[in-house]
Amino acid sequence: MPRYFTDEHEWIDVEGESATVGITDYAQEQLGDIVFVELPDTGSQVEKGGEAAVVESVKAASDVYAPITGEVMETNGALEDEPALVNTSPEEEGWFFRMTIGDASELEGLMDDKAYKAFVDNL
Amino acid sequence: MPLAQLPLDAWHRARGGRMVPFAGYEMPIQYTGEHGGIVAEHEWTRTNASLFDVSHMGQLALSGEGAAAELEKLVPGAVTSLKEGRMRYSMLLTEAGGVIDDLMITNAGPHIALVVNGATKWDDIAHLREHLPDTITLNHFDDQALLALQGPKAGEVLEALIPGTGELTFMRAAYFNWDGIPLWVSRAGYTGEDGFEISVHADKVEQLAQALVADERVRPAGLGARDSLRLEAGLPLYGHDLTTDIDPVSAGLTFALSKKRRDVGGWMGHQACLTRLTEGSPTVRVGMALEGRMPAREGAKIFSGDTEVGIVTSGGFSPSLGHPIAMGYIQPAHAADGAQLEIEVRSKRLPATVSPMPFVPHRYFRGS
Repeated sequence: MPRYFTDEHEWIDVEGESATVGITDYAQEQLGDIVFVELPDTGSQVEKGGEAAVVESVKAASDVYAPITGEVMETNGALEDEPALVNTSPEEEGWFFRMTIGDASELEGLMDDKAYKAFVDNL
Repeated sequence: MPLAQLPLDAWHRARGGRMVPFAGYEMPIQYTGEHGGIVAEHEWTRTNASLFDVSHMGQLALSGEGAAAELEKLVPGAVTSLKEGRMRYSMLLTEAGGVIDDLMITNAGPHIALVVNGATKWDDIAHLREHLPDTITLNHFDDQALLALQGPKAGEVLEALIPGTGELTFMRAAYFNWDGIPLWVSRAGYTGEDGFEISVHADKVEQLAQALVADERVRPAGLGARDSLRLEAGLPLYGHDLTTDIDPVSAGLTFALSKKRRDVGGWMGHQACLTRLTEGSPTVRVGMALEGRMPAREGAKIFSGDTEVGIVTSGGFSPSLGHPIAMGYIQPAHAADGAQLEIEVRSKRLPATVSPMPFVPHRYFRGS
């Protein structure tokens, strides 16, 4: 199952016709203690690079962008009760939403694991 | 302008401090590692004692014949009657009653000590120099660092390190000698907890910081926790909850307008404050408690029904209460405790209830 990364620190796991989206460990570390996650509505359309979710830390609100275009199929209900999952398990239990893959070619511009690591090391 | 570095810059970095620009300095917003993070640092301050570096703040001194009387012409609080070792919260005001800065004034014996906000210190110095006569000397102690030790265990920690400090009560200050190092210690702070602010020469601050965190009850805390703590304590933040467009009466800080000096006058902004006191303010500062977990931030509009009645000036998640809190300015008709309002965040309306401040009770040490 390939995982891609954006330069806005989202990750996207591709599983056949759909994909799961979250934010990276680097992103949660930068945001600090997360107290609330505003997730998109199921069934809503998100566009590559467009605002898809908002993460509220104690200090500030930050936008999370959709890595690709598609329709939101499911959101992570566990984040409602326990937004801190994004801090403790950002790349597994702290996933944000599952979406359809509107245009698979959009994945081509994203980074793989190795490229993202190099990207973060240079920040 | 390039950012300045605090005297403790390397010490913060070595302890995992995440440095961000603030008030012209690179300052730790939080620390990383096992005990780091805004929430952990916040909770540690409420239960133990935290060390904050507030060396960005301006430490000024006024001296010369009649310094207290001359300063009184620029602030609404009484200074001439302030006994040695006593301190008072006050404000520099414009003629129109706007707040130029809020500050602490202490009778330090040979001089009057002022602690002003870091972001405004240069403007404050210019304002003071412009309005004080040339016979009054204004010193800027820019080679002094300032540490704040805050939390319910601050008293016992500091007494163990610097005997005698435990005898200070809230809003009192004195000189101490710590292993030959002179310290100016005030029992005050910006968290709502008991605590101290300690002025020490920049060359000696690392030694003091190290000695403080050597006590296992003390951990360093950053700007992030300082902000969430002061918000819970209902304390306004200059540049956000106080500006030159806001007067002390609207800000609910009438306690800082000396009763006698309200009548007598003779201070900048007196007439404007008097008008506010008699005629009321178009908006007043209130606290608001929100349901759920979504915080309302600075700039969010406040509604009563369909009518816009005010704006949020500070807001965030309260780690101690487990829900978001905010302060803002609203029309007095909607400002009663318990009034039901709505705050607009990303085109959603969040229910908010006007709440008395502080949100979390102050625990100052006023004597045992």
